[in-house]
Amino acid sequence: MRKAAVLALALAAPGLVAASGSLQAQSLYHLGRAATSAEIAAWDIDISPDGAGLPPGHGSVAEGKAIYALKCAACHGDHGQGKPMDALAGGLGTVFDAKSVRTVGSFWPYATTLYDYIRRAMPFPEPQSLSDSEVYAVSAYVLNLSGIVPDTAVLDAASLAKIVMPNRDRFVHDAKIDIGQPQPGAVPAVR
Amino acid sequence: MEQDVLPVGLERDARHLVTLEPGKAVLTRRNLVSAAASLAASGALGAAPGKAAAETIPSRPEWQQRPGAELMSPPYGAPSARESQVIRRARHGSPPPPTNYAGISLTPHQNLYGIVTPGGLHYERHHSGVPDIDPDQHRLLVHGLVERPLIFTMDDLTRFPSVSRLHFLECSGNTPTWGVPKPGLTVQDTHGLLSCSEWTGVPLATVLAEAGVRPEGKWLLAEGGDAAALTRSIPIEKAFDDALLVYAQNGERLRPEQGYPLRLLLPGFEGNTSIKWLRRLKIGTAPFQTRWETSKYSLVLPDQTIRQFDFVMDAKSVITSPSGGQSLKGTGFHEISGLAWSGRGKITRVEVSTDGGTSWHDAALQEPVLSKCLTRFRFPWQWEGAPARLASRSTDASGYVQPSRAALESIRDGRSYYHNNAIQTWAVAANGSVVNA
Repeated sequence: MRKAAVLALALAAPGLVAASGSLQAQSLYHLGRAATSAEIAAWDIDISPDGAGLPPGHGSVAEGKAIYALKCAACHGDHGQGKPMDALAGGLGTVFDAKSVRTVGSFWPYATTLYDYIRRAMPFPEPQSLSDSEVYAVSAYVLNLSGIVPDTAVLDAASLAKIVMPNRDRFVHDAKIDIGQPQPGAVPAVR
Repeated sequence: MEQDVLPVGLERDARHLVTLEPGKAVLTRRNLVSAAASLAASGALGAAPGKAAAETIPSRPEWQQRPGAELMSPPYGAPSARESQVIRRARHGSPPPPTNYAGISLTPHQNLYGIVTPGGLHYERHHSGVPDIDPDQHRLLVHGLVERPLIFTMDDLTRFPSVSRLHFLECSGNTPTWGVPKPGLTVQDTHGLLSCSEWTGVPLATVLAEAGVRPEGKWLLAEGGDAAALTRSIPIEKAFDDALLVYAQNGERLRPEQGYPLRLLLPGFEGNTSIKWLRRLKIGTAPFQTRWETSKYSLVLPDQTIRQFDFVMDAKSVITSPSGGQSLKGTGFHEISGLAWSGRGKITRVEVSTDGGTSWHDAALQEPVLSKCLTRFRFPWQWEGAPARLASRSTDASGYVQPSRAALESIRDGRSYYHNNAIQTWAVAANGSVVNA
């Protein structure tokens, strides 16, 4: 009986240690294999708000306009006005109105998010089919529709990361509990 | 939805007519009597309580007169064909989505019992269709601020020590019913982006320990392997707390629309963060500011700020029976039954009101009462036939009390859209009909 209990403890122990995260310096189960840097590079497509991850390449508003007309306008409208899918431009200054129009221009806090999202998920029927330079071009055109970059703009990793979106400062990282304290008339909870 | 109930009864009898003799539709006296009885029963809805309805039930019904269906028909069992109305649906009254590859379908809580949602009725939220992933080719990459970037096969992941836990999943867009209530909504419409399953998988902490998260790693990016390649940033504390890498649901491998072959499950967090078809985890120092945590799933507040990373689904409850679209069949005893849940832990109390919140009474909580899981509550009720307003209010182990609609709308409104956990009220009319109020 005692032997069985000791064995059970020994079997349980690795799981407990792993769950605590306290022994991260060494592998406990030796499952999985090392990922090569080439494998990581092929999958690592996300872009951070500081621009980390933006690839080489560049694209102009004019180039983006041509790609947009071909691959984006059917869903987002000739000039990003939306219908049937999300509007991309317009609505500046309406975010806090009762009938707000939330677009890339009026709402999105980071231009890097635009590049990241177009590259991973657009065009809807054929995601991850645009080249990195084409994504810069479409990003430039969409930003130009809201007047965030000029008609002559050419975006690359350095210039895109520097763009400050109009609504950025309104975003706050805050998970405070703002309601849910006992309501008037509520009886204290049974604990 | 009441009109859904009566035709089903009639349809059932019609089906008997054609199945009585294979290949031949025969109308017998017995079937006529059966159909008439069904009509009589439907007409007797408003009858006084206790009054016996005139009906003729055959002493030897059709299904006792010969053997039934063969074994394994079908090999993977399906619900009774007589329950064909119990399905996921789009939201009642919403315009059709521009594409059926992105959108929602809702769990029919008005037809369900207990706390476990059948796999085929779990709500859906997809952003670019349901992928058909070959589990043999599926890989999970763990990289970023780790000592050892690793790639796992599904076989690797199922070899880790496993755990099974019951947890709800709720989309933070559940209950988008701000402002004036629409009478036509059912509980499927108002609370259908909520489901609950037994999930089996490996604690994310176990897998992260294999890779060795560096001390500066504070946020985790989780990425889906569907055509949307959806990404969300997760605080590393949650990853090491109770996050799971899940491969099974209610005893079987995940359903395709629930992330087959692998999904993240973050108990108590808004559903969008439990990334389906999970293929990549990257450790970083700060949120990655993906589309799904900036332009969506953020809360536009009256103070002209936009709140991000408000992950936890606060305490909430809803009466599922009787609920909108249903009808009380006569005065007398009715059990009020519903669901309560909280992303902060266990439900400790549910109160029910039958007078629109003027007075509250404790409901019985059905065991088991589990953390971050649906809890079924029950309240016995004698309906005297007067109009009533039914509501429920939950309290969780943290002391949080579900707010009234007025209280919630005094600090937030339809602009914030997400995280509406206000008390739900159903109005019962003198004729027994129940509507959203």
